[in-house]
Order: sequence, then C-alpha cells, then structure tokens
Amino acid sequence: MQDQDDRKHMFDDPKNVKRLLNGFYVVCAILFAADFIVHRHVYHSWENLWGFYPLYGFVACVLLVLVATEMRKFLMRDENYYGDDYLVDEPAPDGDMRVVKTEHNTHTPFTHYKEDAGSPNKADKEGEA
Amino acid sequence: MLSAALPPFAIFFIGALFVMVTRGWLRMLILLALPFIGFYNLLGFDHGSYWQTSLFDYTLTLMRVDKLSLVFGYLFHLASFLGIVFSLHARHDTMQQTTGILYAGSAMGAIFAGDLITLFVFWELLAVSSVFLIWARRTERAYRSGMRYLIVQIASGVILLAGILVHIHNTGDVAFNFIGLTSLSGGLILLAIGIKSCFPLLHNWLSDAYPEATPSGTVFLSAFTTKVAVYALARGYPGTEILVYVGATMAMFPIFFAVIENDLRRVLAYSLINQVGFMVCGIGIGTEMAVNGAVAHAFNDVVFKGLLFMTMGAVLYRTGEIRGSHLGGLYKSMPWTTTFCIVGAASISAFPLFSGFVSKSMVMVAALNEGHDIVWLLLLFASAGVFHHAGIKIPFFAFFAHDSGIRCKEAPWNMLLAMGIAAAICIFNGSYPAVLYSLMPFEVDYIPYDTTHVLAQMQLLFFSAMAFVWLNLKGLYPPELPSINIDAEWLYRKLLPASARTFLTAFVPIDQHIRAGFMKKFDRTMDEVFRHHGPHGVLARTWAIGSTVLWVALLLVLYLIVYYI
Repeated sequence: MQDQDDRKHMFDDPKNVKRLLNGFYVVCAILFAADFIVHRHVYHSWENLWGFYPLYGFVACVLLVLVATEMRKFLMRDENYYGDDYLVDEPAPDGDMRVVKTEHNTHTPFTHYKEDAGSPNKADKEGEA
Repeated sequence: MLSAALPPFAIFFIGALFVMVTRGWLRMLILLALPFIGFYNLLGFDHGSYWQTSLFDYTLTLMRVDKLSLVFGYLFHLASFLGIVFSLHARHDTMQQTTGILYAGSAMGAIFAGDLITLFVFWELLAVSSVFLIWARRTERAYRSGMRYLIVQIASGVILLAGILVHIHNTGDVAFNFIGLTSLSGGLILLAIGIKSCFPLLHNWLSDAYPEATPSGTVFLSAFTTKVAVYALARGYPGTEILVYVGATMAMFPIFFAVIENDLRRVLAYSLINQVGFMVCGIGIGTEMAVNGAVAHAFNDVVFKGLLFMTMGAVLYRTGEIRGSHLGGLYKSMPWTTTFCIVGAASISAFPLFSGFVSKSMVMVAALNEGHDIVWLLLLFASAGVFHHAGIKIPFFAFFAHDSGIRCKEAPWNMLLAMGIAAAICIFNGSYPAVLYSLMPFEVDYIPYDTTHVLAQMQLLFFSAMAFVWLNLKGLYPPELPSINIDAEWLYRKLLPASARTFLTAFVPIDQHIRAGFMKKFDRTMDEVFRHHGPHGVLARTWAIGSTVLWVALLLVLYLIVYYI
C-alpha cells in the first residue's frame, strides 16, 4: 500500500520555509518600529510604554508554553489511563486514505497503519501492544 | 406576526419527525429547507410575547421576542444550517440527523422562553437530545463519555428546577427576567447556568464529551448548549460582578491545557471554554458595551468555532485520526480545508478583518472603561494564548509540521460548502461589522477599526507567533505526544471510584466483624429460647390430661378456701 509521493509540495523545499520565516521577521520588525512612529490614543497608561503589546504578547506566550510544559509533569497520563481504549476511526471509505513514504518524511510517529494490516484499529492495537 | 406562524422550536420538532421517516434525497431536501422555513417564520415576529397560557396561577410564555432573544434566534438558525450542510454526507444516520434537529429546536425553545418553567423544559430537552450526537460515534468510549455528559447536564437541570421553585415561592413570579445574585434562588439558578456555561471546575463535561462525538455531532454541540447558557446569563445576571472574575478565570486556565493536549478537537473544546470566558466576563461587567461585546462575540464564536470544528471533523472523517502526534502535512491532500482552517484560526485569534476582532475588543475596552485593569491584563494574556493554541497550533499540527505521510482526498463537497460559507461569514463580519452591530441588544457606539487598535492587536499577535517560532527553533516547544491530561474529571473518574474502593476495603472487615458478633449473640439467644421452648424444653413439654385435671381441681379448692376465709 505504501508508495512514493513524487509531487513536490510548497513546504517540501526548505528554501520556501526560510522565505516565509524571513517575511515574518520583516513584518514583526515593521510592527515594532511602528510604535515609535504612530501616535496612538490610549485607554490605559501601560499602553504608552514603547513595545508594550509586542513584549506582552511574546512574554505571555513563552510563559504560557513553559508553564504548560511543566504542567505535563503532573497532568500527563497514558492514553488508556481511564481504561477505555483509544481507537482510531475507520477513514471514510471513499476518501482514498493511504500512507506514503516521502523523502521528507523524517519524523513518522504514524506507525500503526501497517502495509498488510486490514483494519487500522487492529493495526493500532498491535502496534502499541 | 404572520397568521400561520409557529414557535421556532415547533418547526424544528415537526421537521425532526419528517427527517425520521424519510430517506435519501427527500430527507436531504427537508433538512436543507428547515433552517430557511424557520428563518422566514422568525422574520414575521414583532417584539412581544406570544402563546401565553395559564398553568395554575402562573402565566407561561412560550415565546418572548425582543432584541436579545432575536439575535440568538438568527444565530441558531444560521448554526443549524451550517451544521446540516456539514453533516449531509452522514444523512443515512437517522439517529444523528433527527436528534441534531431536535437539539437545535430545543435551543430555540430555550432562548425564546419567556418564563422559567418553559426554560426548564427546554433546558432538559437540550441535554437529552444532544447526548445522542455523542453516542452516534458508536464506540464504547463515546458511550461512556456520553453517559457522564448526560449525568452532568441532568444535574444542571435539577439544580435549575430547585432554583426556580425557590424563586417562585419567594417572588410568586415565573417570568424570566433579571434574577441577580441576592437570594438562594439566584445562586441556584446561576449554578445551573454555570454548569452549562463551563464555569471553572464545572467545565469538564465539555472537554470530556465534545471531542468524543461524531465529526458533525461536535459541530452541532459547539453551537448550542454553551450559547444558551450565555443567553441565560445575559438575561438573568448582567452586571453581576463575580462573573467578571469567573469569566477571566475561564479565559485563562483552558489555554494551558490546550497547549499540551494532543487530541486536536479537545484543544478546540478547551478554546471554546476560553471564548465563553470572554462572554461571561462581558456579561459580568454589565455595561451596554460589554453586553453587546459578549453577545457579538457569542455570534462570531458560533461561526468561527464551528468552522474550526468542521475542519478538524473533516480531517477525522478522511483520515480516522485526530491526534496531533499522528497528523501533519495534510495541506498537501486537503488544501481547501487548510485554507478554511486558517480563516477560522485568524477569526478566533481576532486578526483585523476577521470576525473575532470586532467583538472581543468590545469586552476588553469595556473592562478597561470600568477600571478592571488586572482583568484586562488577563484577557490580553488569554488573547495571546488563544492565538497560540487555536490560531497556530491547530492548523500547524494538522496541516503542516512534520509530514505524517498521510494522503487522502479533499473533504467531501458538503463539508467544503459548509466550511466555505462559515469562512465567508467570518470575513464578512470582520470586515463589515455594521450588520452584526445592528442586531445587538443595545445601540452600538464603537468603532473597531482605528489605527491604535489595529496596530496594538497586530503587534500582540505577531509577537505571539514570534514566541511560537522561537520556541520551536530552540526545541523548547512541547512535542505532541500520544497522551491525555487529567483534569477535573479525574475527581469523579479516578478519585471517587478509588476512594469508594478504599472505603470498602477498610469498611468490609469491620462490617463483617460487627455482623459476626451480632450473629453470635443472636445464635446464643436462639439456643436459650430453644432450651426452654424446644421439643425437650421445660415450657414446651406435653402434659397428661389427668395431671391437668388434678391441677385444676387443686386450684378450685384453693379458690374455695380463699372465698370462705
């Protein structure tokens, strides 16, 4: 069942990812610089601080992720922790669902759809057993 | 009012009957026609109360039309239309289609209810009809989750009923107007509404059950229950200060769970609680602008959250998989779904020109105007956070990230159509908010598009995205892992059964000991009784008639002697 996906897709080329990121950095820089140019009317004195919104957004998200990662240590459990097995659904029969090998497919946690397995659910259980 | 008009819920209930007995193309036609018939019917109503009947001393009002109920009425017709189009591929599933329509009808019954008793009836119907959308997944896991969902929802109904009875006893009035938090009844009713609107620690039914429903079931579910609760809060508790803090908490805590959750529909369930938090907060602030913001945000949320659930539903439908750890690279197979997902993500993140931008900011500006500085900072944090988990994480892990190697067809036409319409509404409401604003309960005096606001929001969002990029490049971003995270449900799914077991293991020996002691005493007593009354007991002996006669004669003699003395 596994076959190659020969078509090139947009983000298969690392150059395109790089371009996207560079564009993103430029926009960020412009937005940050705009703080010094645009005269804003403010509702609150904090908003007068230069770079209040960019810094707040950045710091908030970093904090959010780091705290959440710490939370994993005492919140994370096995998928079947409550005793009801996690089963994947049958893909829609007309959806032509398959799993291909690609040269960019470096990270493949999706191991449970085996070539010769009939049902994905069965394969899933075997894969994790 | 039209001469042949019906209450909105009645159209859907009758429609559900027709859906149940028809098949194939005819059913599809009826399904599609229903929201339009309902909407046309609704347009015929002027403000006022209709279908009032007397029950004992009380006046029940089946339909009360004013600006607040009307906007939710329009919204629910729109949501049912989107849900129906999205679920057309599963039109053979009679249970799901019928209960989906009944559920939408119950929601309309609840928001147009002019009195508390009618509200209670539809409140319970909402619970009973919606659970079938979860059970329609037809897995053991969904069945159990649905059971837990049903218990919580029915509990909410029972508490509501208790509150209503106390309220009627105290005031003698059944009308559903401002209630406030000054009495026991007010507290009970608020608790009942709080369960349905996912107050902290009462929220877990949603993040437990919604992700277990079918792809289209979740789209229906996300639209109605919580929004009925938001409506009830806006009607009964505007300006109740505690709601400001409850809302801010609701906006904050789910985003932490969302960041580490693997099931992408569960991520959206958490972000649904987060968005309802903004609405609850707005209602708590209670100014005209804040309530407008809450209602406008409810409107937008139904559409963009519905859209996001649709895109994830399409992924689940096509691949059978919804775990972020097992997905990725789907933009290659499902480019349209990807595009619609990004529109939904931009809307929930409140990007300028997308719908969230024109409603969420009203709540935040109102918070500042009323001097809730800390709450404003928390909401700003939550805004950055929602972009992080719903705006970036959902599209990124499903459609980009690492190529999982999954290839499939694009979503079916009906799903694409529903997603396309929802995406168009998101962009329309965001770019031209005048129509949305005209539906609000109060006059809207707010201009979302000024340089300051647009710039501030863009800065906030782009630097949130910068944090995502930076964390990823540094390898600090938590990877998607096949796992679950325990939440408040742990209390009743693990702690309660475990403590019951511990209690039983400790209690059973004591219990047995007491019983054994009691049995020993009982046996001894029985032995004693047996000794005296048993076959050989002194009191159970049979005596000869002769000796009895002798004893009787002796007694008579004794009697004579006593008499003559």
